[in-house]
Amino acid sequence: MELGGIIEYGLFFLSFVGIYALLSLGLNLQWGLTGQFNIGIAGFFAVGAYTSAILTTAPSPHHLGGFGMPLAVGLVFAMVLAGLVAVLVGLLTVRLRTDYLAIATIGIAEIIRLGLKNEEWLTNGVRGIPGIPRPFAETLGQSDGVFLLVVVVLILMVYLALEAARRSPWGRVLRAIRENEDGVRAAGKHIERFRLEAFVVGSMIMGLGGALFAHFVGFISPEAFTPEFATFLVWVMLIAGGSGNNKGAVLGALIIWLVWTGTEFLTSMAPPEYVTQAGALRLLMIGILVQVILLVRPDGLLPEETADRTK
Amino acid sequence: MTDLLQLLVFGIVFGSILTLGAIGVSLIFGILRFAHFAHGDMMTVGAYFALVFVVQAGWPIYMALPAAMIGAAVLAILIDQSVYRRLRRTAPVILLISSFGMALLLRAAAQLIWGTDNQVYQPGINVPYVVFDIRIKPDHLVIVGASVILVFAFHLFLKMTRMGKAMRAMSDNVDLARVSGIDSERVVIWTWVIGGALAAAAGVLLALDTRLNPQLGWNVLLPIFAATIVGGIGRVYGAIAGGMFIGIATELSTAVLLPAYKPAVAFTLMVLVLILRPQGLVRGMN
Repeated sequence: MELGGIIEYGLFFLSFVGIYALLSLGLNLQWGLTGQFNIGIAGFFAVGAYTSAILTTAPSPHHLGGFGMPLAVGLVFAMVLAGLVAVLVGLLTVRLRTDYLAIATIGIAEIIRLGLKNEEWLTNGVRGIPGIPRPFAETLGQSDGVFLLVVVVLILMVYLALEAARRSPWGRVLRAIRENEDGVRAAGKHIERFRLEAFVVGSMIMGLGGALFAHFVGFISPEAFTPEFATFLVWVMLIAGGSGNNKGAVLGALIIWLVWTGTEFLTSMAPPEYVTQAGALRLLMIGILVQVILLVRPDGLLPEETADRTK
Repeated sequence: MTDLLQLLVFGIVFGSILTLGAIGVSLIFGILRFAHFAHGDMMTVGAYFALVFVVQAGWPIYMALPAAMIGAAVLAILIDQSVYRRLRRTAPVILLISSFGMALLLRAAAQLIWGTDNQVYQPGINVPYVVFDIRIKPDHLVIVGASVILVFAFHLFLKMTRMGKAMRAMSDNVDLARVSGIDSERVVIWTWVIGGALAAAAGVLLALDTRLNPQLGWNVLLPIFAATIVGGIGRVYGAIAGGMFIGIATELSTAVLLPAYKPAVAFTLMVLVLILRPQGLVRGMN
């Protein structure tokens, strides 16, 4: 492969890493800081993707809209809608153990996926929504470089905001809730409110990631939002990188996406009778990887910074 | 009216299957304190075990079913001893993550070994009996019958054996059970034996009712969790009521909703129970 091809592939690769880094950062706020177990990432991801797609595509008889609005409007509403879904889920589960949140989030994600598949007037069903515009496509063209730049800027904004939040009194309360709920309650904090805030903000970041995904690939259908790819990989990324650590969330996205892409090369070398099964083989490898990480290095590559280490 | 009665029959069949799954989830939650997300895929693998006995060994289904249950129980113990046991000392939520990963691992393995195509235990048409215009397949009777026998056997185990008593004690209060000399590791092993075996039975019966493919168990995980929660998570007798309730309600819902939304109906009912009857969630087996 000559140099131009490598650079092109690198930009494409890093764009995906960037989208996953956003999902992973959102999850870090929910799980890493607050200890909330969201395994419905796919749902918030899908809501973000479809919202922005419907708002920004050209009018189509096959689905609701499109409304041909500017991309920024799509991104903002993607976050708003993902946030609203999160408020609903959060209000239902905020008082319950995290197991219930896990079941509720996976339930919502499945219902959203069923809805996307069956409500053709809204989403064009399994045929999906094509022609979703790239950022600045009219002025700067379809280049992956431009897209990557947009993603990097957004990640930086999210990252800096989350770091500031983590160090703030608000972030301290979240970590305190994770460590000792009763203690925080005794200190007079309104635990449910803090939890709900963290859950909603984290889900909004996931919605943003979904919108960017839609604008990057240009075509979305319900198949892109299965729990395997949209939820499980994100969890592996955060655990591998180090939950509780925002740098770890980004690093995990990079490394696991590298591993995930690497498994594609590995399976392409597998005997021909397994080629049709490549997807399952890759999932199997990632499934084993996550068990190994949990057993061998449960804190991840960059463990959470504790108080005495940040001095 | 006939239509509704027909749906009621389907509901009882589906409910019997859910009950077997929900008992396992509830028992595992009661003893190990985590929601076992790999339960659906354990059903799938169990159903494939039976397929191996039927197709390769030529066994009839009533012999393949217990064999598959033993196979799944062994598999559940292996998974527990190789992975879950080492994670038990950490927070229960780590087990939740691990089991979520295990779910994918099992599903991917099933797909690799047995392929993605729909398969059946016995080709051919299952000619239904017609009673007052209601069609009941012989397989439906097998499913409900097997489920009743298994649930009753489990009930006897829980009430009559020392291990059953130890399980009830541990589900009520782990620390108290430990200090009174119950070997908690043995109870955990038996929890997996029962959870795995009943999951396999649920998988085989579900495959008998529909078709066997790698998504079989994952597709019903949500209704099973709903049944578990409706019955009161950790309460195994509640799981029976929850399973029947969710099974019948989801089938009846197809009279007005697309069948594709069945999991959504189960989920909505679960949420309603969580809001209206949270006291139904009190732990304890009795």
